[in-house]
Amino acid sequence: MSRFAVILVHSTSHAVRAERLLKRAGLSVRLIPTPRRLSSDCGSAVRIELSDRARVERLLAEAGLEVDRIEPLPE
Amino acid sequence: MIYLDNAATSWPKPDCVTEAIVRYLRDIGGSPGRSGHQLANAAERLRLDAREALAELFGLANPLRVVFTSGATAALNLVLRGLLGPGSHVVTSGIEHNAVMRPLRALETQGVEVGIAACAPDGTLAPAAVAEQLRPQTRLIVVNHASNVCGTLLPIRAIGALARERGIAFVVDAAQTAGCQPIDLEADNIDVLVFSGHKGLLGPTGVGGLAFSPRFDVGRLPAAVFGGTGSRSEDEHQPDFLPDKYEAGTPNIVGIAGLAASVRYVLARGVSAIRAHEQRLTRRLLDGLGTIGQVRLFGPPTASARTAVVSFTLAGWSSSQLAQQLDERFGILCRPGLHCAPRAHRTLGTFPDGTVRFAPGPFTTEAQIDAAVAAVARLAHGQ
Repeated sequence: MSRFAVILVHSTSHAVRAERLLKRAGLSVRLIPTPRRLSSDCGSAVRIELSDRARVERLLAEAGLEVDRIEPLPE
Repeated sequence: MIYLDNAATSWPKPDCVTEAIVRYLRDIGGSPGRSGHQLANAAERLRLDAREALAELFGLANPLRVVFTSGATAALNLVLRGLLGPGSHVVTSGIEHNAVMRPLRALETQGVEVGIAACAPDGTLAPAAVAEQLRPQTRLIVVNHASNVCGTLLPIRAIGALARERGIAFVVDAAQTAGCQPIDLEADNIDVLVFSGHKGLLGPTGVGGLAFSPRFDVGRLPAAVFGGTGSRSEDEHQPDFLPDKYEAGTPNIVGIAGLAASVRYVLARGVSAIRAHEQRLTRRLLDGLGTIGQVRLFGPPTASARTAVVSFTLAGWSSSQLAQQLDERFGILCRPGLHCAPRAHRTLGTFPDGTVRFAPGPFTTEAQIDAAVAAVARLAHGQ
């Protein structure tokens, strides 16, 4: 398992909004193509540090941003 | 040249708008929502910039409740045709643009009943006139925030309160007011706000959209256009979430890039400062034209009761002749005729001849207003 997790969201609009919210909160984030192993969606997902997961969930919930799920990112 | 046609399309645009469009075309170019490479993501960030700026302007916490369309007309078609069906009743005002009236007249042929709340001859609307039209089967109230013909502001907050008390959806066409009048979805009791990008928001043509209040359940409103969104590609059914539900097809990201910059410009200059500037010009225009005996002015007498839109007629002149002379002899660009709003002209008593409309904007100067008034005076005096 890598040190990253990936946030799977409804669409790229949501991915970019999540990226911006988390960046503004000072977290290390990166947009990545949605890993095919985790979802059939062809858009973008947001990679975060696994250790930030609880904080990320709270920040996104506070902003009312719906998340499909957060998964550890395989190596 | 004196451009007084800002109620149709604002011009000039702030330089930052042109620059943003050029920057997108030259440096970004990608499609938002698709592909996931760095230029597609850059385009998506630009689209979020536009949504965030509009959300801030309209008092909306979640920018993903801002949806882009080709303009206010497409947005009104989406919401009116989506929410109304046979047996339902809708109330509108006697001072609407055809962007509202034509979808409603088309819906009438499909069994929708349309009630029109009568306006006073200056276009003002009493909330009680709306209340009188309401029925148990009223599903929707739709009004423009201000008339595109005479600038009259409608009491949207009070009308929205009536709708909210009764659980009726309230749709506001803010084509004439977004960017130059304060609008707050929550305080103004608006469920769905329709905006146009190329007027008071100072963006390019071909972009507008909707802002959905958090109270409004989009499950009630079917999509009007179905197709690719970049999301849920495994599914042959349209996504049911915002904003993708209403944004099928590659968007006008060139327009959205310009709009992101223009709305930021509006926010930085301030809606109240723009409104104050436009009210000063409107007051000057009303006073100046009012001194010409042959001029008849329409709409409310006070600048604060209207947007920067002044409609008038000149005795002995048709509106088209007058506009042509103003253009050819004085370089004054305005709009004559019925302004796509026959209902509004009937209310004002100017149907079918129409009026000449002067619509200053945020870049119009007092000297230009004075020159326009002087030109009308010269024509009135046969010079």
